Amino acid sequence: MAKIKSPAMLEEYRNEILRKRERYTRVISLCGGPGCHAQHCNEIYEAVKKAVEKNGSSESVMVRKTGCHGFCEMGPIAVIQPEGIFYCKISLEDVPEIVERTLEKGEAIERLLYSDPESEKAIIKESKVPFYAKQKRLLMSMNEHIDPGNIEDYLAQGGYRALVKALFEMEPLEIIDEVDKAGLRGRGGAGFPAASKWRACRKAIARDGIKYVLCNADEGDPGAYMDRSLLEGNPHLVLEGMLIGAYGIGATEGYIYVRHEYPLTVENLLIALDQAREVGLLGKNILGSGFDFDIKVSIGGGAFVCGESTALMASIEGRIGEPRVKHIHTAERGLFNRPTNLNNVETWANVPLIINQGAVKYRKIGTKTSTGTKIFSLVGSINNTGLVEVPMGMTLREIIFDIGGGVPKGRKFKAVQTGGPSGGCIPESLLDTPVDFDALYDVGSMMGSGGMIVMDETTCMVDIARYFVDFLCDESCGKCVPCREGLKQMLFILEDITQGRGSLDQLELLKELAEVMRDTSLCGLGQTAANPVLSTLHYFEEEYIEHIKKKKCRAGVCKPLISFSINAKKCTGCMACRKACPVGAIKGKKKEAHVIQPEKCEKCGICFEACKYGAVVRK
Amino acid sequence: MVKLIIDSQSVEAEETWTVLEAARYYGIDIPTLCYYEGLSPTSSCRLCVVEVIRGGRSRLTASCSMPVQEGIEVRTNSERVRKARKVIIELLLASCPNSRTLQCLASKYGVTKIRFKPEDRGCILCGLCVRMCEEQMQAGAIGFVYRGVDREVAMPFHTRHEACRECGACQFICPVCEMPCQGPMQPGQLCNACLDAVQLEAFPSKD
Repeated sequence: MAKIKSPAMLEEYRNEILRKRERYTRVISLCGGPGCHAQHCNEIYEAVKKAVEKNGSSESVMVRKTGCHGFCEMGPIAVIQPEGIFYCKISLEDVPEIVERTLEKGEAIERLLYSDPESEKAIIKESKVPFYAKQKRLLMSMNEHIDPGNIEDYLAQGGYRALVKALFEMEPLEIIDEVDKAGLRGRGGAGFPAASKWRACRKAIARDGIKYVLCNADEGDPGAYMDRSLLEGNPHLVLEGMLIGAYGIGATEGYIYVRHEYPLTVENLLIALDQAREVGLLGKNILGSGFDFDIKVSIGGGAFVCGESTALMASIEGRIGEPRVKHIHTAERGLFNRPTNLNNVETWANVPLIINQGAVKYRKIGTKTSTGTKIFSLVGSINNTGLVEVPMGMTLREIIFDIGGGVPKGRKFKAVQTGGPSGGCIPESLLDTPVDFDALYDVGSMMGSGGMIVMDETTCMVDIARYFVDFLCDESCGKCVPCREGLKQMLFILEDITQGRGSLDQLELLKELAEVMRDTSLCGLGQTAANPVLSTLHYFEEEYIEHIKKKKCRAGVCKPLISFSINAKKCTGCMACRKACPVGAIKGKKKEAHVIQPEKCEKCGICFEACKYGAVVRK
Repeated sequence: MVKLIIDSQSVEAEETWTVLEAARYYGIDIPTLCYYEGLSPTSSCRLCVVEVIRGGRSRLTASCSMPVQEGIEVRTNSERVRKARKVIIELLLASCPNSRTLQCLASKYGVTKIRFKPEDRGCILCGLCVRMCEEQMQAGAIGFVYRGVDREVAMPFHTRHEACRECGACQFICPVCEMPCQGPMQPGQLCNACLDAVQLEAFPSKD
């Protein structure tokens, strides 16, 4: 493919792609995201491709494997256009029928459709599925139309139009002003205004003329995978955002820092970079504008702390990924001591949108101080696990109950954790809090990069705090004392409490320690590390006190504080628990009441789950 | 020259100075552990934190690496600073209970109890030895290995490395590998023998 040297040539190329595709009467998009991958979507994709070829309809049917569609609970997912038919939980056996009935004739197969949990009616169209209908999918909706390994798909969707507009119709400062007017705030968690960073970096003097723009794809919050799905499913969107940002800032080189645990993301990204270079959208004199820019991929070494800006830069430089003090901003002296601007994947992905539709239209979505949409990965005790993109300002209740479908198994909602290990747990009484950078901060949590873990009554809040502190103990770099030693001592205290050795004095010590860690830690990781502890202490203090005073764990999680026994009056002697017990701790004959031997019992709770008569008692 | 306020005194400082250098120039004592003249500051022990008030907002910052700035107010001994300092000393003592340097700091800054679980590691990971070896001795024979609570100072792959010339600079600069505190206490307890004397010196008048 010859290099594209002008905007007119790009349009010509786009039209050629669209013309070439007119012959397709139907397109089937199979989700290849991480959730569907685990459900063997690869085999299904190969089978569909083979069946279409065998059918002789490969000239009229396009089979495409895409990035994540978002509804991971229902995977593997397929969408058939132009009808917009949505199939979920498909398997290899369904393939022949899908090809024969849907791809050939456009008929919907009822058993593969999503059935509404309330009305139990089958829903044909994807846009009518409640999970999707209540979202505002500005970024994620493109995923299902794009094969990440094919730049033509992105161009067919109007890709790189924003870049053309930025390069040929706008001055660099105008771009920054537009992003400023749009009110774009960093999606990595802290919500710093993107344009302010860009402006500072543009102003900074580069001694050798080199400035960098970086993309932070070191997504490490437990349960979060939205950046992965964007970068893996639609890499060109992020590249386009970076190109526009680089032009605005005056940068000539870029890096995308991807965590080591995302090999497929790296693979897709490298293909996308090669294809962009081949057609001349990266490299020297892009589209004949005189603007030079190229991007390298840097793979992380598997440390959570490398998501911190200065640690990330140290890691790219080949040094230990440790933060440094930021008295001199990275906008002036960042990567290799040159002016550097770092933004998160989702922030970059928003940029083409802002340039394409203009700041005024973009601002209409969201709240006054938090504009646009935010992608959350909705996980934990929730019916519809998946990625959801909602306008800022939507309440947590709407996300969890309307989109997420609420808590499964008839359990009671207890708390939602946002912001990963730096965030906090929000109780039911505050579920009407809107998702907005400032509102979440005010309730003691934070937006974070978008992890949203829903917890029900079977979750112990002290144990959750212990889990996050334990996670951070492993993931702290260990450089500064309050974070390294503070987290270790915090873990000791929380372990004491969960094992029934805690005292009320320790609660005070916990609060004092948390305050000092927030005040004195070197980087954001340590400064926010106490948030899970502080927020659970604030909203669920009675659970802490119950653990300490009554030696009781109401959720039945902290093993040293619970015991199992069998209520002889309710026990029918069905032997279900006896068979299920992995350590043989249950004695009893058929049709006679059983007994649990406490000295053998491992307190795993399997008998509790196995008993149909509610005879197993957990105390 | 830069004008700033340190502990209610208006002072002038060279533009290249850090807040710590300026304070010490005017005879104001700020405790440090990982700072050493002639080595690059890493601000990792956080003992030198001071309260910096700028534009009506106050925050704690490590003074060893913060450059002086026009118009800022620095408080080196406010309630907030003292509280943070005490907890940091307490945390360090829990990881290195018998260091004389730490025992003396405890007495000086009024730490009379260790409320944390002690675990003697014999190292506070200040990194002075690592920087000394690399920056002054030009050897770079030791460095940090592992992460988080497992962090330690070691030679490459825990082997004796030829880059080490056994010059002893690391031992010279280490604030904890000295004779243990000789105070009248059991390991893990606090000495505090000179508590009253040094307390008077450190805080002549209670604010």
